[in-house]
Amino acid sequence: MEKAIRKYWPVFVLPTMLAFTIGFLIPFITGFYLSFCDFTTVSNATFTGFTNYIKAFTDTSSSFVHSLWYTGLFSALSTVIINLLGLIIALLLVRGFRGTNLFRTVFFMPNLIGGIVLGWLWQVIINGVLANYGVTIVTNEWYGFWGLIVVMSWQQAGYMMIIYISGLQSIPGELTEAAAIDGASAWQTLTRVKLPMLMPSITICTFLTITNGFKLFDQNLALTNGMPSNRSSMLALDIYKTFYGRTGWAGAGQAKAVVFCLLVVGIAMIQLRLTRNKEVQQ
Amino acid sequence: MNAMQTKKKHPLTLGKRVTDVLLTIVFSLVSIVYIYPLLVILINSFKVKAYISNAPFALPLDKMFANVDNYVNGIALTKFFDALKWSFVITVLSVFVILLCTSMCAWFISRVNSKWSKGIYLLCIFSMVVPFQMVMFTLSKTANLLGLNTPFGIVVVYLGFGAGLAVFMFSGFMRSSPISIEESAMIDGCEPVRTFFSIVLPILQPTYISTGILEAMWIWNDYLLPYLVLDIKKYKTIPIAVQYLKGGYGSVDMGAMMATLVMAIVPIILFYLVSQKYIVSGVMAGAVKG
Repeated sequence: MEKAIRKYWPVFVLPTMLAFTIGFLIPFITGFYLSFCDFTTVSNATFTGFTNYIKAFTDTSSSFVHSLWYTGLFSALSTVIINLLGLIIALLLVRGFRGTNLFRTVFFMPNLIGGIVLGWLWQVIINGVLANYGVTIVTNEWYGFWGLIVVMSWQQAGYMMIIYISGLQSIPGELTEAAAIDGASAWQTLTRVKLPMLMPSITICTFLTITNGFKLFDQNLALTNGMPSNRSSMLALDIYKTFYGRTGWAGAGQAKAVVFCLLVVGIAMIQLRLTRNKEVQQ
Repeated sequence: MNAMQTKKKHPLTLGKRVTDVLLTIVFSLVSIVYIYPLLVILINSFKVKAYISNAPFALPLDKMFANVDNYVNGIALTKFFDALKWSFVITVLSVFVILLCTSMCAWFISRVNSKWSKGIYLLCIFSMVVPFQMVMFTLSKTANLLGLNTPFGIVVVYLGFGAGLAVFMFSGFMRSSPISIEESAMIDGCEPVRTFFSIVLPILQPTYISTGILEAMWIWNDYLLPYLVLDIKKYKTIPIAVQYLKGGYGSVDMGAMMATLVMAIVPIILFYLVSQKYIVSGVMAGAVKG
């Protein structure tokens, strides 16, 4: 059977692989190469070694270094908040009281709305609240930071809730019953039985929230657009602005993008390894 | 209606019943707070624009009431119905092409055991983690060079960039599905292409739905990729149209913005309410495969 299918590779694999080459492989490889070049378009690139990387890190306006830890802090904090919220809501909803289906529908809804729309929507609301104190969301970068935390928690808690609910429902009833017969308290059942059994869900949810946090762009663009003076730009937005907002900085922008890419891939791998270790086998 | 109810096996004690009523009340209040931001936007879309930033939480009464002026402005400024059309065309075409091509590719790499198959699979996983900014500049140049800057050309770009998730989902399903029916069909002389379309494709139906939903959610809401790839003088999608209201350095017409936001959100919520069951199971399937 394998031999028969193998002959048909042009039909099965070629279309996807052609598009993958155009849409991902070529841009990825040339992008990596261009990070070592001075260029304004792809055709006039000259090799300059690590100049772009040095330029990116020693930038006097220091937007890159600032956005690095600003993004790191955001991802860490948003991961904790979103997962706690999602997990708490899921734990309560699986009890099955009146209206759980309706509440689940409500909490999941914001996920379908795009980042640009969400950013503008919340800008009006947050500015409306802040107006009482005579400030706006772009008064300093920390208003923007907490604004983004609110937006992302509101959007993603429901998504994680769905994953946690399906995880909780797949825990065999015998386990919780056995714990109850042995006289375990609700807290003990949660920490000794439910959470260990939930580790696969926790792995995927923290993976999603960390990478979403690092890659965040649309909400950032619409909510603060990096104001004041690029201080509330996360990595993705900072790279975009370096490329398209400053002439002669395309090389440095590509260098930043490579660092960004290594960072996201590295963190994703470490995170998967750390939480996978804690998963229990059934 | 689902598994949640079946958990209530033991008889309800009074304490449990009281807690449940309290939880229903608390969650009702939380839900109202949760939807409130959407209501504020709806209210503001009927408000004269000068009052939107001054009194965002007030009801649009008397002199604040703008009738449908904001909607008229919003539609005119963003060419909203063109944007809706292009968003729809791009999403439907891309999802269709992605599902067809990647399911065929995934079947091939999970049935043919070779270095190439493994390589393709690993590349697909890798492409899921790579942030878009890494390829943003070179991808937009490549797409321009190849003339892919139209709503039809961008389908190729979406197939390339969306292949990772889809191949991953389909392979995950195929690895757990039995190979014997396909084998017996092929022993009976059915060639691979027909085997795929008449045997594999029908079994894949649930995976098609969940993968299609995940890809559609991404493409419909995507901003930066179409903004950089498309010729945006001619073609705008909804996210591009919303962001376009901000213009270069001019101030934003907040009235038109509110109306446009409402018009952008309403189709999504309608779609959600109709196909909620599939969306939720799509999200769950995506998570399990992870």
